[in-house]
Order: sequence, then structure tokens, then C-alpha cells
Amino acid sequence: MSERAQIRTPLGRVRGLGPARSGTGHFWQQRVTSVSGIPLTVALIVIVIGLLGRSHATVVQVLGSPVVAIIMLLFIINSAYHMWIGMQEIILDYVHGEIIKLLTLMANTFFVGAVALACVYAILKLSFGV
Amino acid sequence: MADLEAGTTAASRHPRPLSPHLQIYRPTLTMMMSIAHRITGGALYFGMLLLAWWLIAAASGPNAYANVEWFMGSLIGRLVLFGYTWALLHHMFGGIRHLIWDTSHGLEPAEREMFTLATLIGSIVFTILLWVVGYFAMGGPR
Repeated sequence: MSERAQIRTPLGRVRGLGPARSGTGHFWQQRVTSVSGIPLTVALIVIVIGLLGRSHATVVQVLGSPVVAIIMLLFIINSAYHMWIGMQEIILDYVHGEIIKLLTLMANTFFVGAVALACVYAILKLSFGV
Repeated sequence: MADLEAGTTAASRHPRPLSPHLQIYRPTLTMMMSIAHRITGGALYFGMLLLAWWLIAAASGPNAYANVEWFMGSLIGRLVLFGYTWALLHHMFGGIRHLIWDTSHGLEPAEREMFTLATLIGSIVFTILLWVVGYFAMGGPR
């Protein structure tokens, strides 16, 4: 522990610290996205079961209809943020080397960003039929 | 600080005692379900690729969609989807349990065992139920 750390107040030390250097905000955001994730997951299950075995034309029509598309977009964005925080927590628990930690945290962001964007793009394309 | 350093030098002669870690304790249901929650979360993280594949294929056209349908309908595809269904429900029910625990309710020994068992059994029962419903939605098993 450095000299500087010892003269700081407990609040000052907590603020902006933690291994991700981002404080406790994610704890709360993970709870918020888990609550919103419950109805969205139920809705996703209903949509998927309703589309099982249907023709491509039907699937395109249903997924592109406004209500279904909005629910799918909400599910994707909500899940993306929830899984980004969750994987960050797993990484911070098990990956200790500073460089490898930074790299896996970056990989987490890239993966979630790419998957979420791909899903959103697909839904928008189905909705607007470009 | 001085104490800590003295302790470190003593460690060279007498190893300092370590606090008990996971393998010391008798495995309990809540413990197993805690790690299962994390594992299912990690599985769902990568499972999102399946959802992305499905959506991109639907947006790409009939041929791409036929490929997804072929994979999802294959034995491996069905196994993966069955596991995905269970992971999703287990993580959701486990999440609800944790949300209740976050309010400091349901933490008495009998209550937490009951909650934990309920989410485990619930996830299995609902997975089977959804698959039965799914098969009927497709017009029966084939």
C-alpha cells in the first residue's frame, strides 16, 4: 500500500475502484437488467415456440412485425448489457495478470458489441425489408 | 505494515496458515447452484451466437434459413437447444432467487434450501414442459 492510499478517506478509496476501476454501478445495473430480462425472456420463448417449424416467409413476416421486432430488440439490448457485466465479473474473478485481464475485458466488449450489433441489424433488416 | 512484513519473514520458516478454501467444505446444494448459475450464465453468453445465427439467417434468405433449420433439427442441434433451454430457465429462476435473497428474505436454512431446490426442479420441469409444447406446436414428434 502506498503512502497516498493511506491518507485517502474510505469513500474516496471505494469511488472508482474495484478491479474494473468502475465502482459499484454495475452491481445495480445487473439487477435492473435481470428484472427487465424476466418478461423479455418469457416473451422470447413464446415467440420462438410460435415460429418452430414455420416457413421462412412466415418467420420473416413475424420477426419483422413491429411488436415482435421491438420485443426482440429489447431482449437483445437488455441481454447484451447483462451478459457484458456478467462476463466482466467472471473475468475479474478468475483472470489476475494485468495484461491478460485487460485483453479479456476488451475481448468481452468486442464479442458482446459484435453479437448485439449483428442481431440488431438482422431484426432491422427483417423489419424494413431492405 | 510492520506486522505484515514480520509475518512474511516468518513465513519462510513456518508457512502462514491459509484460510480454508472450497475443497475443504462439504459440497452443499446452495454452493452447487451458485456455481451452476455462473456456468449457465457463461453458456448463455456464447449461446447468444445461436440466436444471432438464427436472426441473420432469417434476414439473409430461404437458403441460409434452411441451413439453420437443418442444424437445429439435427440430433446435436436438438441437444444443444435442449441444454440452451435448461440453461436459460435455470439462470432465470436462479436469478429470481438471487433477487429475493438481495432483499434479505428467504435466507433461513430451511428457506434457502427450499428456494434452491425449487429453482432446480422448476428449471428441469419447465424445460421438459416447453419441449413438449414445442413438439406439439410443430405438429407432434418427428
